[in-house]
Amino acid sequence: MNLSPLLLSVKVAVISTAIVFVLGVFLAHLFSKRQFFGKSIFESLFLLPLVLPPTVVGFGLLILFGKKGWIGSWLLETFDIQIVFTWTAAVIASVVVSFPLMYQSAAAAFDSLDNKLGDAARTMGASEWRVFRTITFPLAWPGLLAGLVLSFARGLGEFGATLMLAGYIPGKTDTIPMAIYFAVEAGKMEKATFWVVIITALGFSTILWLNWWSKRNLRRFASEKR
Amino acid sequence: MLDVSIRKRLNHFELDVSFQAHNEIIVLAGSSGAGKTSILQAIAGLTEPDSGIITLNGKSFFSGKKNSLPARSRNIGYLFQDYALFPHMTVERNIYYGLHKQTTATTGFIIEQLLTVLGISHLLDKYPHQISGGEKQRVALARALATEPDLLLLDEPLSALDEETREECQDELLRLHELWKIPFLIVTHSRSEAEKLGDRVLHLKKGLLVNESRGTMKETLVH
Repeated sequence: MNLSPLLLSVKVAVISTAIVFVLGVFLAHLFSKRQFFGKSIFESLFLLPLVLPPTVVGFGLLILFGKKGWIGSWLLETFDIQIVFTWTAAVIASVVVSFPLMYQSAAAAFDSLDNKLGDAARTMGASEWRVFRTITFPLAWPGLLAGLVLSFARGLGEFGATLMLAGYIPGKTDTIPMAIYFAVEAGKMEKATFWVVIITALGFSTILWLNWWSKRNLRRFASEKR
Repeated sequence: MLDVSIRKRLNHFELDVSFQAHNEIIVLAGSSGAGKTSILQAIAGLTEPDSGIITLNGKSFFSGKKNSLPARSRNIGYLFQDYALFPHMTVERNIYYGLHKQTTATTGFIIEQLLTVLGISHLLDKYPHQISGGEKQRVALARALATEPDLLLLDEPLSALDEETREECQDELLRLHELWKIPFLIVTHSRSEAEKLGDRVLHLKKGLLVNESRGTMKETLVH
């Protein structure tokens, strides 16, 4: 059995989760506790991939990154880089569909923090960066980790947008969900079953671990409140 | 000397106050929602007045929207109403948070003295959720004074404590003020506390200073 779908899926999910984490934490922190004109429009845009069919997201990405797309044609002409039909396309698709999960978790985590803690640090001479590093980030970590794990799981299972942008090229863009779809189409039910079991086990253990971990943390926070 | 003269539009009224403070205890008294906390926040740099000036010992903190010193550069101690201790840090890390990495002999001595005066040396390894309300109050005081501030702001410092602990802590505040000799600005809605602690009591109503009285009980307590 060729295991390249497993390796590729994990590679794509790890890289896209790293990008989504940095981007989601940065934007959620920037937007948290600030009110400005157009904020809800931005936030709705961020969450849009959550409600749109993946094919629509993929279509949008093709418009941007296709060979004749706005960004795609520029990349091709300037750097001779092609995005479509590469594993980079799979990463981009994963980033877009999992970003809303990270953003929502991070925004909720930052919004629930007590403003006074940051203010107390500021009166003691802390810079904004130090407040973030020593107060905001560690206290928001449980929520950030939940977002991280959900984004990873979502990236691992991404299918629709990936198919539109990365296509199915065995050995190059065949992530597990792709391998399953095309195995079924070719009538290779045994191969499909194998990958279904693998990805179900991965997803299940991720969620199991997250539930166990957050319950443990809830207990800890509950005892702190007393 | 602290010199405050500020205006700020709040939700239901305009805050408009002027006062000065030498190395004394000033109590800001008034019912809740009178604007007391907003005054402390403006002095600390956590909120900006609409106009006015704030200076401390000749150093300008605020003289208009474009001339505002950030909170981190004001060297002010602030005791928050519910103490705002960092829940993920031990008492020791809370107290040392505002100090630079290399603590000099003087700061070391000052912290030792604070820990002894406040009786909290045995709590250093504990987390905030493991200590009592009175202990939290003392730790927060030690933390606010550890940076050797030029001014101490206290927002309802004793309201969360039971009667007995409150009286102990009032005496402690008076003792600390004797040692520290900087202006203390205390917000309270308790009349008896205002009279016991304040050299001067400023009464605030809907954003305006309506009356000033002298603390009547303090003379007999300290001397």
